[in-house]
Amino acid sequence: MIVKRANLSFWERLYLPALLSGLQVTWRHFSRTFFAGKKVTMEYPEQKWVVPEGYRGAPYLVRDQSGDTKCVSCQLCEFVCPPKAIKIIPPGSSGKPAERANAEKMPAEFEINMLRCIFCGFCQEVCPEEAIFLQRDYSLTGLSRGEMIYDKEKLLALGGTHAGVQKWKHKLDEAKEQETFPVKG
Amino acid sequence: MDWINQLNPTMQFALFSMLKVCVVIFLAVMPIVAYAVLVERKVSAFIQDRVGPNRAAPFFVKYLPVVGPFLVRLGIFHPLADGLKSFLKEDFTPAHVRKVYFWLAPAIAVVPAMLALAVIPFGSTLGAQKMVIADLNVGILYTFGIVSLGVYGLVLAGYASNSKFSFLGSIRSSAQMISYEIAMGMSVIPLFMLVGDLNLSKVIAYQADGAWLVFKQPIAFVIFLVSAFAETNRLPFDLPEAETELVGGYHTEYSSMKFALFFIGEYTAMIAASAMMVVLFFGGWTLPFAGLDQPATTLVMGFAHIGIFVTKMLVLMVVFIWVRWMLPRFRYDQLMDLGWRRFVPLALANIVVTAVVLWALHAK
Repeated sequence: MIVKRANLSFWERLYLPALLSGLQVTWRHFSRTFFAGKKVTMEYPEQKWVVPEGYRGAPYLVRDQSGDTKCVSCQLCEFVCPPKAIKIIPPGSSGKPAERANAEKMPAEFEINMLRCIFCGFCQEVCPEEAIFLQRDYSLTGLSRGEMIYDKEKLLALGGTHAGVQKWKHKLDEAKEQETFPVKG
Repeated sequence: MDWINQLNPTMQFALFSMLKVCVVIFLAVMPIVAYAVLVERKVSAFIQDRVGPNRAAPFFVKYLPVVGPFLVRLGIFHPLADGLKSFLKEDFTPAHVRKVYFWLAPAIAVVPAMLALAVIPFGSTLGAQKMVIADLNVGILYTFGIVSLGVYGLVLAGYASNSKFSFLGSIRSSAQMISYEIAMGMSVIPLFMLVGDLNLSKVIAYQADGAWLVFKQPIAFVIFLVSAFAETNRLPFDLPEAETELVGGYHTEYSSMKFALFFIGEYTAMIAASAMMVVLFFGGWTLPFAGLDQPATTLVMGFAHIGIFVTKMLVLMVVFIWVRWMLPRFRYDQLMDLGWRRFVPLALANIVVTAVVLWALHAK
């Protein structure tokens, strides 16, 4: 493509009109910021950006409405995690039983290395239990590498409760319904 | 203070000159340099819709109830922190440099800028003392002579650093400063044709009698202003530094106080250029009303004159800073084109026209 270069007029070649309009533009911005205080920046550590709904921040574990751990230690997130940030230690045969009735198990330990995590959201997407969600924290800091590995307690504390379908509770209720006759439905 | 009067005139002259030098350099130029950097940062921030530096808070701020936090927001303490930082930083000398020139260059960058201030009358009189460090008959010639030495600092820095970026920067600076010196020198010739004297005090006296020279010689002013930007390596002519192309230009390899000296040199050159413009085009320490255009007879008037001069100079400094955040950098060939093919002929034409007009006026 050939860009046609228009010949500059005398005034344009003088630079001076362009210079004056440049001064005008900079003055406009200066006075807007200086006198009206309309700055576009934010003084970060004091003021923080409120992220929109659905923002993909750090992944945390959530509890259900009754305050039980939702994770069933299926390890799908561990497998899908591209940077291998998640490490799950399953309870094993002699581990603690799941907090939720009817759920088979819960992880003995669940660690996310936030230095590795890329906030991709695969863990959330792959989770069959809706137990892990990318939440709104985007600025995680620590004084050591060890501090940046979040364990189960921390993840659950940060994650809070998630109001979702309580699959296992329903299954349990349904199973109980089966005991009586005729079956409601 | 009797002992001052008992000294012989030579001793008195030496004493007062020393005093003036110390006051001008340490109480005027250095603080102005430090705070010009702050103004630069603040103005750039406001032009770019930011707030600029507002963090540095020394320990005593917490004892000042309202004023303290306000000063912190203004960034008043940042220059102090900057100065302290440049002293405390490691002064690193790369292994591949030419050491003697490497050490010499920052000094050579600062000294001419400061020497150029010597002939500038920054006030009328205080008591019996004329407020100029050296009242030379050849004022302006001295200035041009000294200012052209400034390029050596940059060239030496580039040569001594033994690095491509520095070298390119100094090549550009030498070409640029030499070209624009010619336009600059020729732009002021019409002024001295009008004034009939090279002494800068006489230039001010001439403007006090009539109109400021900026109104009589607007073309000369435009050429001088643009050349001053080029001489001080400010945007749009900051090719020697050109951060986006040459890392830091001629001072790429410098650190700590040596780097700070280049900075001081640049801002002192800005002060000198602004002061020169005030003297040549804006009537120096005079104002055309309230009897401020005659040499002071009282101390109050003397200080008022100094105040007027400094105010005018600071306004021009702000213009320097303002323009920096407005224009993009010129390309090398555009720079040369502007200097040699526009300004030099224009300045020559201005000389000829002024000469013809003067001849016509005086012929009858």
